[in-house]
Amino acid sequence: MAGILAQQLPEQALQFAYLVSGIMFIQGLRDMTHPRTATRGNLISSGGMFLAVAVTILWFEILTPAILAAGLLIGGVVGAYLAVAVETTEMPQLVGLFNGFGGGASAVVAGAELVDVLAGSGDLGVGLTASAAIAAIIGSVTFSGSFVASGKLHGIVGESPVSTNVGHALKVTFLGVALVAGAVLVVQPSLFGGVPTAEWVPVYWVIVAAALLLGIFLVVPIGGADMPVVISLLNSYSGLAAATTGFVLNNTVLIIAGTLVGAAGMILTIIMCESMNRSLANVFFGGLGGDDTAEEMEDIYEGQITETSPEEVTMLLETAERVVIVPGYGMAVAQAQHAVAELVDLLEDSGVDVEFGIHPVAGRMPGHMNALLAEADVPYDKMRELEEVNPTFSQTDLVIVTGANDVVNPRANEDDDSPIAGMPILNVEDARHVVVNKRSLSPGFSGIANPLFARDNTSMLFGDAKASMQSLVNEYKESNS
Amino acid sequence: MTFVENLTLFVLSAFIGYEVITKIPTNLHTPLMSGANAISGITLLGSVVVAGQGETTLATALGFLAVVMATINVVGGYLVSHFMLSEFSQGGR
Repeated sequence: MAGILAQQLPEQALQFAYLVSGIMFIQGLRDMTHPRTATRGNLISSGGMFLAVAVTILWFEILTPAILAAGLLIGGVVGAYLAVAVETTEMPQLVGLFNGFGGGASAVVAGAELVDVLAGSGDLGVGLTASAAIAAIIGSVTFSGSFVASGKLHGIVGESPVSTNVGHALKVTFLGVALVAGAVLVVQPSLFGGVPTAEWVPVYWVIVAAALLLGIFLVVPIGGADMPVVISLLNSYSGLAAATTGFVLNNTVLIIAGTLVGAAGMILTIIMCESMNRSLANVFFGGLGGDDTAEEMEDIYEGQITETSPEEVTMLLETAERVVIVPGYGMAVAQAQHAVAELVDLLEDSGVDVEFGIHPVAGRMPGHMNALLAEADVPYDKMRELEEVNPTFSQTDLVIVTGANDVVNPRANEDDDSPIAGMPILNVEDARHVVVNKRSLSPGFSGIANPLFARDNTSMLFGDAKASMQSLVNEYKESNS
Repeated sequence: MTFVENLTLFVLSAFIGYEVITKIPTNLHTPLMSGANAISGITLLGSVVVAGQGETTLATALGFLAVVMATINVVGGYLVSHFMLSEFSQGGR
């Protein structure tokens, strides 16, 4: 049972190496608190991972090095290929996909450990079986749930929210089956005189199967715009699955690292929910049911909509001293971030004060807008959070909303019965002029009309975000040349 | 290691995680997520041991599958975070 290192070093050496790698994970996350140090943090964290894996391989006797090497090679090549080949706009689904693999690995490892222990000593303690059952449930839900979420973000699975009683019943059934099977796995060794036999292990795969189905039925009904919450929560789960596997294997660094990830995902989940004034249960089971009919929307919009053109917006830009740009998922879909960044550069060169107002749930994952704008070389100190930017709107000459809708809907403040009541929004209507760039007047994810579009100081610039921003850039260049 | 020792580690790590992660600005939430995602691939350690010394063919096969999945998670997660973060440091000129 001993590899090269274990023959030469005392038992504590392995634990010490794990401690060092745990510290490297924590320091890596600490460096993520500032963009300047964040790249270093990521390197430190990956160094911790390399150390932990290398020490483990050298410490334990590897009976089948070829199989292990093949697994590492295949996984490494696939992972690297996906990371290099995938476009920035497809980042949310890629992160979801990676996450699913992590959760799946945890569930499979815990199962393999049970098979192994049964074949060896056959001593299945309650701690081992209970941890394995939990790892199976969390890991499998993460696996299937992440794949569905990723499919939704990629447009393979339908994006619209569905809430049905049958769906709820199925979720409860599969959760029940997984929990009962888990209980059987835990109770069974003592029930049968502590001498379990191999035939009992299939119970573990019942847990896995039920939890996989549970993951699918949990995520399928959730709408696309709620994916930031789902992705953060599943991220948290994949960490917790790893931590639980650490309990199964008695591995300290698995517990430390898994718990850190669990905390990170949970905090992001809470931030996302608070930014929408909705509970986690509401996101998962409630669905967001906006039900404005065509007539109601007509009532709000009738005769109140002012349409504008790139030329007119350029005239507004000419006289503006302070401009705030509010991006939304529409900017990501149209890949308009480069055109937006170019416009910002031009305005800056003319001495205009330009900033971005970014809502926490804009986009399809936490910080999605920030990541896209950073890709287009927008300095991060120009990206302002909701609390920072809201007080400045009254001193702002022009707000350009591009591809965002619900996060600037004043009904969140005014209408207690609307599905978005109480959600913190960007109060763009406080600015002198608001230009909303959108393809049509169709409602956002909440399904309700947006009275902002009908305000006197609002004008609509209809069109695709990229095309509209590009024509603004061209107009502005022309009038300044 | 007893269960209680493991639990101690779990609880203390949760507190450290909370303290560190609440200090991370919104700007960096996407790279944080993919970086944390990569860390969750730590389950690779367990996979490595099981794949390398599986006592039955079934355990070895499962271990192999787990190694592939966890390695995709680790390598892909760190690379994606790295690409994103290098864009942030350019943006911060």
